[in-house]
Amino acid sequence: MVVYLTQALGRNVLQFLERAGGTFILLAQIIFESRTAWRDRRIIIEQMHAVGVMSLPLVSVTSLFTGAVSAWQAAYQFEGMVSLTYLGGATAIAIFMELGPVLTALVLAGRVGASIAAELGTMKVTEQIDALECLAISPARYLAMPRFWGVTIMLPILTVYANIIALFGAYVVAYTLLEVSGTMFFDSVQTFFELRNVLGGLTKSVAFGATISLVGCYVGFQTHGGAEGVGRSTIDAFVLSAILILINDYILALLIF
Amino acid sequence: MIQIQNVYKSFEDQPVLRGVTLDIKRGSSHIIIGRSGCGKSVLLKHIVGLMRPDSGDILIDGHSIVNMRRRDLYKTRIKIGMLFQGAALFDSMNVAENVSLGVREHRLFPANEIDDRVAAKLELVNLPGIEKKLPSELSGGMKKRVGLARALMMEPEYMLYDEPTTGLDPVTADAINDLINSVRDKLGVTSIVVTHDMASAYKVGDSISMLHEGNVIFSGTPESIRTHEDPIVQNFITGSKVVMH
Repeated sequence: MVVYLTQALGRNVLQFLERAGGTFILLAQIIFESRTAWRDRRIIIEQMHAVGVMSLPLVSVTSLFTGAVSAWQAAYQFEGMVSLTYLGGATAIAIFMELGPVLTALVLAGRVGASIAAELGTMKVTEQIDALECLAISPARYLAMPRFWGVTIMLPILTVYANIIALFGAYVVAYTLLEVSGTMFFDSVQTFFELRNVLGGLTKSVAFGATISLVGCYVGFQTHGGAEGVGRSTIDAFVLSAILILINDYILALLIF
Repeated sequence: MIQIQNVYKSFEDQPVLRGVTLDIKRGSSHIIIGRSGCGKSVLLKHIVGLMRPDSGDILIDGHSIVNMRRRDLYKTRIKIGMLFQGAALFDSMNVAENVSLGVREHRLFPANEIDDRVAAKLELVNLPGIEKKLPSELSGGMKKRVGLARALMMEPEYMLYDEPTTGLDPVTADAINDLINSVRDKLGVTSIVVTHDMASAYKVGDSISMLHEGNVIFSGTPESIRTHEDPIVQNFITGSKVVMH
């Protein structure tokens, strides 16, 4: 029993180290291949469009309701203790520092990270990645590098957009349901506003973007086992990205704030 | 010339290649036959550097590709074209984009010549005028011919074919065999064809090697394989159990 458990533990540790090593090697290859980023700007822009513009509807809905619910719950907690004149500032800080970056990243991990893994996984099992190699085209340059920069550049931009929509959602709830005037709400936002909160949130979203794209590409490239393997990779990419986003969020919050 | 020297390869303790040695001369059409799972496609992937052997060496024009730096390996790969079993066309690109991808990326020709060259290569594989079609709109035989056009666009010195006639009807399979011969004759390309289709092997091959359980058990001309006494070879080429006395 002890031998069996030790073997299983050893196998899992080795597998973890192999995957972590593989991911860092892919990151190094992407950084190395980024020397051709200007030449490859067309495919990077295509990826930015796929990640950014195509995610706008989902990010809009998610952030609108996130802002709305955060204003409602903040008001519930303020009840009898804190004046609602502080509602705008309190929800804005929560949105800028935490909710905007993390929820946008989790939405993108589901929409973009999983789709990168599925797309590259399908290319892997149908030998399209081998075909690229045979044409002497590096998959790290042609496939991974544009996706990496596409997500890493677009996630902070989407986060700024999500922050604005979420703040609007919070304002709508404050104005229509809590009888907080627009002037009172936005005066409070202005009073509590600190640029470093917003920049801290955006720094986190850069790290989340890099994580989502790197995990999606790595898991996609490692796909095997036909259609079933592609399905497995899609789930793995989302689960792993989500876990890493939350771990990164904790570590970066300690470092930044 | 391609030299495969004592190549061994295993996957998770399962040996696939057990000391394969082969020499393929320039300008020839060499056929590699063997039963499914005997390591033919794995051997082909070693020749193009998609896999590395556990031991042994592979030399292309006298240069070992086993421990070659990536940049040099890519330069060598430009000399080698490969037609995959399922054609491996890029789903998101149309035929013209598929065929021209390699030359555009490597800037092998001026941009204003590429469209004409794509048209010429599609003409060569008897598929003129399909530049705008997507891979999903093509039949299996058409996909293979587009895959061949894509490989030939790079003007390779060696062409590797992985099961080029598998899954095709006899007429289309014969058309692919004619194409392989035509590519060799018109362009002087050295061909290596992995197949278990003996009609194709006899029609295309100048020489044939048979792989069995990771070893080369026969190497010779198409004429000599017909009279070879090894029952494993006879069983394979006749497609039935033959008892030799």
